Amino acid sequence: MAQGGEPVNSGRRAALKGAVRAACGAALLPLLLSIPARSRSNAEVALRPPGALPEADFLAACVRCGLCVRDCPYGTLKLAEVGDGVPLGTPFFNARIVPCEMCEDIPCVPACPTGALDHALTDINAARMGLAVLLDHETCLNWLGLRCDVCYRVCPRIDEAITLETQHNVRTGKHAQFIPTVHSEHCTGCGKCEKSCVLEKAAIKVLPLSEAKGELGKHYRLGWEEKDKAGGHSLVGDDLITLPARGVDDTPALSTIPGLNGSETGGTGGGAAP
Amino acid sequence: MTVSRTFPGQKKAAQQGWWAANRWLVCRRLVQLALLGLFLVGPLCGWWIVKGTLASSLTLDVLPLTDPLIALQSLLAGHPVLASVWWGALIVTVFYLLVGGRVFCSWVCPVNMVTDCAAWARTRLGWRDGASLPRSVRYGLLGGVLLTSLLTGTIAWEFVNPVTMLHRGLVYGAWGVGTATVLLTLAVFVLDFAVTPRLWCGALCPVGAFYGGVLGHTALLRVAATERERCDRCMECFAVCPERQVLHGPLWGEQSPVITGVSCTNCGRCIDVCPENVFRFVPRWHKANQ
Repeated sequence: MAQGGEPVNSGRRAALKGAVRAACGAALLPLLLSIPARSRSNAEVALRPPGALPEADFLAACVRCGLCVRDCPYGTLKLAEVGDGVPLGTPFFNARIVPCEMCEDIPCVPACPTGALDHALTDINAARMGLAVLLDHETCLNWLGLRCDVCYRVCPRIDEAITLETQHNVRTGKHAQFIPTVHSEHCTGCGKCEKSCVLEKAAIKVLPLSEAKGELGKHYRLGWEEKDKAGGHSLVGDDLITLPARGVDDTPALSTIPGLNGSETGGTGGGAAP
Repeated sequence: MTVSRTFPGQKKAAQQGWWAANRWLVCRRLVQLALLGLFLVGPLCGWWIVKGTLASSLTLDVLPLTDPLIALQSLLAGHPVLASVWWGALIVTVFYLLVGGRVFCSWVCPVNMVTDCAAWARTRLGWRDGASLPRSVRYGLLGGVLLTSLLTGTIAWEFVNPVTMLHRGLVYGAWGVGTATVLLTLAVFVLDFAVTPRLWCGALCPVGAFYGGVLGHTALLRVAATERERCDRCMECFAVCPERQVLHGPLWGEQSPVITGVSCTNCGRCIDVCPENVFRFVPRWHKANQ
C-alpha cells in the first residue's frame, strides 16, 4: 500500500487493479451459480411443522423468522439450508433425524407470528405433517415374516394410525405375516415410525401428503358405501340377470336364460334368482 | 508520477484527534453489534431477550416487531395477515417514520458492515471509478418485488434477500453460518468492491429502497450543513457518503442546509470526516442561521 508521497508506478498499478477487478467480476457468476448447484442429494424428506398451511399458502405467509424453531422443545425443527428440499430459511424437519414428539400444547404453532402455522390447530392429533408409507416390502422385517413391529409399537397412535394386519405367509406355508398398515385418517406424520425403523435405511417413511396419497377419480363411487347411504339398497336394483359361469359344472342358471339351449326343459332349479 | 494520497477523515484526525473524526462511525458500529448481540445472546447463552430475526421477532415475550416490507409482500401474496404482524409492522413503520427510514440501513442492517468494508477497501486502493448504474434501479426492483409477490402468491424477495439471509445465518447458524449465506454475502461484497462503489445499498437493494422511498420522508432527525459557509470544498464528505447525491443541494445550494433527501441514511459519516465541522444532526424543522 502506497503511503502519502511514495512514488508509485501508475501503469503497473492500473494493470494490477484491472486484473483484480476482472477476477472479482469473473468470480461473481460462479459464486451465485454455486448456490443452487450445491444442492446435495438429500435422501431425507423435508416435512413442515404441525399446522403448516398448504405449501403455496405457506410461502405467502412464512417470513422465515424461526420463532417456531426456537419454541420447539425437542430441537426437531430447523431452518432450511441449500439442499434441504424446501426454500431457504423456511422451517422443516427430517423424521429420520429428529421426529416430531407431538407436544400436547403444540408450542411451535402459537409461536408463529404470521399464521403460516395455522393457529386453529389445537389438537396435535389433527395435525397432518405428512403420511407414513411402508415404502419397501422387500426389506421390512415384518414382511419377511419376522415380528419386528417397532414402527407399530412406537406409533403415538398405536392401533389407530398403524395396525398389524395378518396374512398367510406363503413362503413357509404355515405362519402369518404381520403387515404394518398405515391409516391416513389417524396418521399425523410425526415420523416416530421412520425414526425407529431398525433397518439401515428406513422401510417406512413419512412423505408429504401430496406425495403419499392417491386420489380417486371425482366420478368414482364405492358401491358398498352408496348402498349404506341408500339404506341398504343397491343403486343398481335387484333385477340384474346373472351371467353363466362357463366351464363350471352343474350350472342350472344356464337353463333359465331364454332362448339358450331350448332342448332342455327349463325351470328345474331356482338358480336365476340374483 | 507521484501520488500523494490521503483518506477521508485523515486531515480531521490530524487536526482534531481520532475520536472527533470517527465518533459517529464508532457509535454506529456499536449499535449494529449490540443489536446483533441481542439476537445472539439467546442462542449462545440461553438468555432469551429477543427471539427471531429482523424479518420478525419477539422481544421479552411481549414486543412483536415485523419488517413492514415483508408484511406488505405477504399481504400482496394474499395471506390474511394476523394481528401480531400488523402490530409488529406498525411499530417498526412508526419508528422509522420518526427517525428516518434508512436509519435501518446504516444502524441496523448487517449487510451495511459488509458494504462499508468494501467501500473502505476501495478507498484504500484508490479505486474511484466503476460501471455506473442509476440509483433509481432499486425503486424498479422494489416495484418488481411487490409485483412478483402479487403474481406468484409468495413473499418473493425472501427467496434471495441478502439482508435477512445474513441475519438469519448469523442468528440461527450461531458459529457456523450456512453456505448460501456466505456465498450471497460474498457476492454483495464483490459487487461493491469490484464492480461499482456502493452498488448494492446505493442502487440495488429493494429493502433500502422501501425504507428510504416509503418511510424516509418524515424523519425528525436529519443531518444539516449548518456551517456551510465554512466549506472549503475539500470533498471529504463526498468521498465517504454512501449516497453523495443528497449532499450537493444542502451544502452548496440556495435551499435549506438540512439534508432531506430520502436516501440519506443518517450515518453521520460526513459529520465525522469534515475538517471544518460543517455538519451536525439537527431536528428536521431547523432553520438556517438562527
